[in-house]
Amino acid sequence: MSTPALLTTIAVIAVISVYISWRAGRLDRMHARLEAARASLDAALVRRSSVALELASSGLLDPAASLLLADLAHDARSASAGRELAESDLTRALRAVFSQPEVGASLLGREGADELLAELESTAHQVFLARKFYNSAVAATVAARRRWLARVLRLAGGAPMPEFFEIDDTLAPAGMDDQGTDMPHLSG
Amino acid sequence: MRIGLVCPYSWDVPGGVQEHIRDLAEALIDLGHEVSVISPADDDDALPDYVVPAGRAVAFPYNGSVARLAFGPLSANRVRKWVRDGNFDVLHVHEPAAPSLSLLACWVADGPIVATMHGANPRSRALHVAEPILRSALEKISGRIAVSEAARTTLVEHLGGDAVLIPNGVNVSRFAKAEPLPGWPGEGGAIGFLGRMDEPRKGLSVLLRAFEVIGRQRPGLRLLIAGPGDAEEVTAKVPAELRDRVVLLGQVSEPVKVQVYHSVDVFCAPNTGGESFGVVLAEAMAAGAPIVASDLDAFRRVLRGGRAGELFENGNADDLAAAIGRLLDDPARRAELSAAACAAVRDYDWQTIVRDVVKVYEAVLPTAAAIAL
Repeated sequence: MSTPALLTTIAVIAVISVYISWRAGRLDRMHARLEAARASLDAALVRRSSVALELASSGLLDPAASLLLADLAHDARSASAGRELAESDLTRALRAVFSQPEVGASLLGREGADELLAELESTAHQVFLARKFYNSAVAATVAARRRWLARVLRLAGGAPMPEFFEIDDTLAPAGMDDQGTDMPHLSG
Repeated sequence: MRIGLVCPYSWDVPGGVQEHIRDLAEALIDLGHEVSVISPADDDDALPDYVVPAGRAVAFPYNGSVARLAFGPLSANRVRKWVRDGNFDVLHVHEPAAPSLSLLACWVADGPIVATMHGANPRSRALHVAEPILRSALEKISGRIAVSEAARTTLVEHLGGDAVLIPNGVNVSRFAKAEPLPGWPGEGGAIGFLGRMDEPRKGLSVLLRAFEVIGRQRPGLRLLIAGPGDAEEVTAKVPAELRDRVVLLGQVSEPVKVQVYHSVDVFCAPNTGGESFGVVLAEAMAAGAPIVASDLDAFRRVLRGGRAGELFENGNADDLAAAIGRLLDDPARRAELSAAACAAVRDYDWQTIVRDVVKVYEAVLPTAAAIAL
């Protein structure tokens, strides 16, 4: 092989390696972003179930609602396989309580009620946002991993294929959210 | 006596607790008492006139299955109003530890409260939060009834104290006579099952596995299944060559249910757990069906240790198949079991049971106080 040809081959190989390692690095960064997103989603969910537990033990709600919230919040925290279902059940319970028109009157002027409700609404927002960001990170990562080069060279290594986290996280019943955003709000 | 009964689960959805309350209410009315029942309900128009609706219920996982519960300020207000307007001598709540109307009733009412525990659940809720919520509402209960030993054990574990054991009633006369469904039981014999198809604890999958064995051995044998649930899911579990011999009726009306008990040679109650009494079992006994049931403690007791129905090892499909086979081959034994079941079930007739319940009411009744807020 002549010297120029050899040099060209080396140059091409070098370019290809740089490209591949750049692609691998990009995938690695995507996984890191995914993990961070998952961590903040977990944190948001745990905060939400803490507020639900706090509501349950506050004496602000009737005992049936309190008991149910306590039960479901506990389930949501301890569930591993059925996490999405358990979190959705907690959402539905919160919605069932706070979509009743009587709830405003029953909490009016009660000590600590406003703070807890504000906290509940804010954790619900956190869950909503964290889940949205996590799912878009999943979508991006899955797309990148499905590309030909990533599949053939197994650039993602042994990292498991990420999965979307699908739960019901709308607090207000359909049609009651007139705030112009798709963020979850307590009704009223 | 003016009696207020509280039902925690949706009236429109069939279930053991709802049926218990309906039969109890009707038996009390027959005895001349004034009865009002409050219950969650989706369709207010379809309610009997003694039932006051408390609004729609929402389905949640509770105690290992899905229950339709009512809670929150709307339900609390309705219960409060009902208690105030009803001016009851005795308030009788059912399943008061469920997060629903019964717990709310305990919360808002004063005066004599009787509670009946139906379910048997292991102490699973490892929650410090639940304890005080339950305690403050439940300590108002002055008389406790458990429908089975298992329910009594649950009650003692959860709340301490003791309870009177009054088993579930069955309206024996309603089940005693009916025409079999057209074409049943048929030449090759028939096995019956009644209950939610998608509720694992009802044990349908054990029966389906047993039918795989026994259905292959006996070419004419059919399986009759009545109860709500996803039919396709059930059919998928049956091998293709047996499918046309498994007949799914879906959810059936009360009269058809009675006919189902009379349409089979062997009735099967393969429940795997959680059952504290087994209304279905008592109904099948009242209909005089030869029974094969799992050997749960509660079932063993109701079936007189095996004299009023065959018992098989809980969860063991081969044992179940063998038991069914023995009965199908022995008409004399079937007749004997049928007669024994009819006799044993008299203890559970509502007309007997309701008198015991009234005695509990009288025991908690103060000299002349009515329940007031």
